Amino acid sequence: MTVRIVVLAKQVPDPETPPSQFKIDESTNSVIPPNGVPLVVNGFDLNAVEAALLLRDGGADVEITVLSVGNEFVMDAMKKPLAMGADRLVLVDDEGLDKIDSSATVKVLAAAIEKDGPFDLILGGRQASDWDQAHVTLGLAEVLGLPLVSLVQKLELNGDSVSLQRVIPDGYQAITAPVPAVLTITNELGEPRYPNLRGIMQASRKKPEIFSLADLGLSAGDLAPKLELKKLYVPESNKQVELIEGEDEADSGKKLALRLREEKLI
Amino acid sequence: MTTILLVAERDQQGEISQASLQSVAAASGLSDAQITVAVTGEASGSASSLPVEKVVSISEISSGDSGIYEQATADVAALVASTNPDVVLFNKSDFGSVVGARLAFRTDSAFAADCTEISNASGSVSVTRPVYGGSALAEFEIASSPAIVTLRAGAYEPTSKTGSPSVETAAAGSADIRASVTDTVAEARDGVRLEDANFVVSGGRGLGGPEPFSVLTDLANALGGAVGASRAACDAGWIDHSHQVGLTGKSVSPDVYVAVGISGASQHMAGCSSSRAIVAINKDGDSNIFKEARFGVVGDWEKVLPSFLATVRELKA
Ligand SMILES: Cc1cc2nc3c(=O)[nH]c(=O)nc-3n(C[C@H](O)[C@H](O)[C@H](O)COP(=O)(O)OP(=O)(O)OC[C@H]3O[C@@H](n4cnc5c(N)ncnc54)[C@H](O)[C@@H]3O)c2cc1C
Ligand SMILES: Nc1ncnc2c1ncn2[C@@H]1O[C@H](COP(=O)(O)O)[C@@H](O)[C@H]1O
Repeated sequence: MTVRIVVLAKQVPDPETPPSQFKIDESTNSVIPPNGVPLVVNGFDLNAVEAALLLRDGGADVEITVLSVGNEFVMDAMKKPLAMGADRLVLVDDEGLDKIDSSATVKVLAAAIEKDGPFDLILGGRQASDWDQAHVTLGLAEVLGLPLVSLVQKLELNGDSVSLQRVIPDGYQAITAPVPAVLTITNELGEPRYPNLRGIMQASRKKPEIFSLADLGLSAGDLAPKLELKKLYVPESNKQVELIEGEDEADSGKKLALRLREEKLI
Repeated sequence: MTTILLVAERDQQGEISQASLQSVAAASGLSDAQITVAVTGEASGSASSLPVEKVVSISEISSGDSGIYEQATADVAALVASTNPDVVLFNKSDFGSVVGARLAFRTDSAFAADCTEISNASGSVSVTRPVYGGSALAEFEIASSPAIVTLRAGAYEPTSKTGSPSVETAAAGSADIRASVTDTVAEARDGVRLEDANFVVSGGRGLGGPEPFSVLTDLANALGGAVGASRAACDAGWIDHSHQVGLTGKSVSPDVYVAVGISGASQHMAGCSSSRAIVAINKDGDSNIFKEARFGVVGDWEKVLPSFLATVRELKA
């Protein structure tokens, strides 16, 4: 029987943007997209796509649906999971949906999942690299009333249950959970695969299925924020580095140690 | 008056953790605060002498539910329902991240994760949290109650005060425990814990492979410290992920943090910026790490580090 997997994926600014290029428009409390720095699928969400693909590699018959809530989607970015091997891309695309808070996002995701039909597993990323809340996937489990395991680095399907490894500070836990379940995936799972040419070609032919808020029976009024953003700013740093220079690099190393001793730091 | 339910955690010795003592300090700093501490298991030891009004004991965390925390979520949700606090405060730990996030949806409340500041000076609760990996700070106002907040380790000094709270035991909430932990595999740690070390030396992608970490280990051993790493080094498999420092790794605040071959991405700095002195060894003088460091050497670690280590050993001899 086909195992239906929904992977939650968010479009975010590339988190590897160098700090010097990271700018904020303080009049609108929003990030100014740096020139040439593209939008990407959140990194941990690609780990979640990879987790689903690994189940397929392991021999399971899986159908992978990638679901995203937002606005002004960049198809080149959002089709990456399809190019990796996911089957479907479902977008809830409506004005302003790229600016809602995590509680509203959960509402929209829950409505979209309900509309899209039955599923066995929901995989989300560990956290989204824009607001770093690590909230949405956990909230979705609560709203859907499903078992939740966070920080999964390995998963195996055994019929009606999943066997998981969950990362803890010094190792991992082995966990069994019944299906359907909601899991958050972390980068310890391993690097997401690179799309190959065939995957890229297939993805280019696939069309995303698009829902509006109205299609889900929701309106902007249902999505009032619980957190009100008052101010967004780049913290000022007044740190001044003291560069240690010796006659050569080895001498610099020696002088560094002496300087730290002088400051009673070592 | 602002009523606060602070969900505390224990350290390995069973005492209230340093991170929770930081949360007590943060809560005590709110104006007109009335604090209740919830603690898992019996409210003995340091829990019974916290500088707060009341301590409530909730269910012990069972080994099968650890990391999933269905019971703790149910217990805290029941306490929230019966006491209607304005703020529910957690540490941004494994426990706080899971229970806080779940509780927010179970009680239809606002959730702010990994905050570095909380205040109620303006009447309603406001928090500051690093966003975009730490590249920016965001200030949020939470007008509804309860506001569910997790606090970043190191954001406040732990309280040193004590008191004589009343102690109660709460009725357990009804929990639907479905997922269960069958085994725990933890790396045995010899030497000082990364989180507690006064000296930390971390390696990044610039080390180029796993072998150089043995030089870092020698340096850490010479100074009674611990070895950390960037995510790039961990993802490459050069060192176990338990050594990762940063936003999604461990938070450290040693006297000296030496970053070797690490570029200083905001997500890495999120885990070490409260160190007393950051020292950078990097061959690229334009690297962001030099904007965060107090001392630095622009150079190749292969040349800088051996003489640094040798000099440290001489100084220690
Ligand atoms: C949501 C999210 C969470 C994240 N969480 C974390 C986290 O918890 N911790 C973390 O570390 N990262 C985290 N990251 C990743 C982070 O953004 C960076 O990608 C990562 O920290 C880079 O690691 P690095 O500095 O080792 O590598 P690079 O950025 O590649 O830097 C390598 C450095 O080594 C220097 N170098 C090269 N050769 C030498 C030499 N011979 N001698 C001296 N210097 C040399 C180079 O000049 C360069 O500065 C996270 C990212 C995201 C999106
Ligand atoms: N707008 C969104 N659309 C789809 N998935 C999302 C969205 N926002 C968050 N998620 C999922 O929830 C995870 C945690 O996000 P967050 O709680 O915002 O840190 C992400 O890694 C995604 O898997």
